[in-house]
Amino acid sequence: MSILVIAEHDNAELKGATLNTIAAAKAMGGDIDVLVAGAGCGAVGEAAAKIEGVNKVLVADNAAYEHQLAENVAKLVADLGKDYSHILAPATTTGKNMLPRVAALLDVQPISDIIAVESADTFKRPIYAGNVIATVQSSDAIKVITVRTTAFDAVPAEGGSAAVESVDIADDAGVSSFVGEELAVSDRPELTSARVVISGGRGMQNGDNFEMLYKLADKLGAAVGASRAAVDAGFVPNDMQVGQTGKIVAPDLYIAVGISGAIQHLAGMKDSKVIVAINKDEEAPIFSVADYGLVADLFEAVPELETKL
Amino acid sequence: MKVLVAVKRVVDYNVKVRPKADGSDVDTANVKMSINPFCEIAVEEAVRLKEKGVVSEIVAVSMGPKQCQEQIRTALALGADRGILVETDAELQPLAVAKCLKALVDKEEPQMVIMGKQSIDGDNNQTGQMLGALTGMGQGTFASEVTVEGESVKVTREIDGGLQTVELKLPAIVTTDLRLNEPRYASLPNIMKAKKKPLDTTNPEELGVDITPRTKTLKVEPPAERQAGVKVADVAELVEKLKNEAKVI
Repeated sequence: MSILVIAEHDNAELKGATLNTIAAAKAMGGDIDVLVAGAGCGAVGEAAAKIEGVNKVLVADNAAYEHQLAENVAKLVADLGKDYSHILAPATTTGKNMLPRVAALLDVQPISDIIAVESADTFKRPIYAGNVIATVQSSDAIKVITVRTTAFDAVPAEGGSAAVESVDIADDAGVSSFVGEELAVSDRPELTSARVVISGGRGMQNGDNFEMLYKLADKLGAAVGASRAAVDAGFVPNDMQVGQTGKIVAPDLYIAVGISGAIQHLAGMKDSKVIVAINKDEEAPIFSVADYGLVADLFEAVPELETKL
Repeated sequence: MKVLVAVKRVVDYNVKVRPKADGSDVDTANVKMSINPFCEIAVEEAVRLKEKGVVSEIVAVSMGPKQCQEQIRTALALGADRGILVETDAELQPLAVAKCLKALVDKEEPQMVIMGKQSIDGDNNQTGQMLGALTGMGQGTFASEVTVEGESVKVTREIDGGLQTVELKLPAIVTTDLRLNEPRYASLPNIMKAKKKPLDTTNPEELGVDITPRTKTLKVEPPAERQAGVKVADVAELVEKLKNEAKVI
């Protein structure tokens, strides 16, 4: 058995999601190779080689892979992946965009968003927004899988010394091109890897009031998220959304402020270690999953919390 | 240009599903079924493109049992021109759906296929990407904005760090995210008109597609329940608990 893990990176840095994905690969057993596809991504390859438990790092450095266009990268991964028993990528927007395309090229039914490894061909995954957990077994020769990163503890980023090989395949499908990107710039930690997450909901009333949460976040070294209601109301941008259709988070501490707790939102945060809910409606469903509930007006409680910390 | 829109029949998003007692599958007996919300957004986008004069014909496709006609009729009431049902009572996995769609794309030759990014039952988020691989078309997944410009389409995509825009040569595939648009409600006259619009029926055999499942669901179970904790009286008690009991700050 041999497993190919697709590294998540931005050509400069290896992203933490790769480490969680390698943890899932370890649970399946077998040699683990990592593919770094990008442009000018040599440093990422070096970083991947240091990850504990990695057998070999393949670096495909070509302009066609610079922006992770699925049409190009999927061809490369399908070419290289033919010789592996498993192909894994993190269930990030990049992984979800690319891996099913790889699977179809290999005539495989992929398995999305696994949260547990039962054996080399059997996995658990959430369906119906996390209301049901399905155990699925694949009969395909190659298993093509995306991994929910919050469900697996990251392997150490240091301690390995894998060989780095460059791959000389330039697959440009010629049907897509990158136009531009608008990425949120923030000094705060990334939502999916932050130790503490503070999220605001419709109860925040407007985008300006999120300032309160940012202040609290800076005190706790936290990331700030939002419910779908807050995003749909235009308070904050979409990349802050925590939930079934947004980001899945599982921090040590999750503070839900003015969030009622729709199933859609709970699906994205209920695996957090400690959940705090602040809401003035004591019947809000969020209290049924909260370890600590505070029934209070958030506009008084949040500033008070900030001063008391 | 012609657009193909795929719509899926799923358990209504307001229904909280539960596993059957024997854990063999999800209990869907007597629950309300609807068009998948992401597919509804796909239909709306196609209709808006038609209203702008970019699109001339919208073909709505669904796959599954006979009752999927209801979801096709919904799409027709929203503005699609005709429907195709790929009828089967067998289990259809995303790869099989993508293969059936590929067969229909070969036949219909649309300039764009618009579909939801995922269905709210299986939560797979695969079919559009797989159709892309099978047809060789470019894919604009998780779209929040779609602009057709001559022989190409610009798609703004919701990605983890923010937004990304790609340009795809037509024909291309677009999968919809939540904020692409807000679907309209079908008016009563349009619902009546939809009943008269053409709806063809075919099946996977006719399309020459092998739909044999590749994965088997061994078990379904409820997720580990989280227990409700305690209510704290005030902020001071909250801080004390977080420091001394939970030890997270």
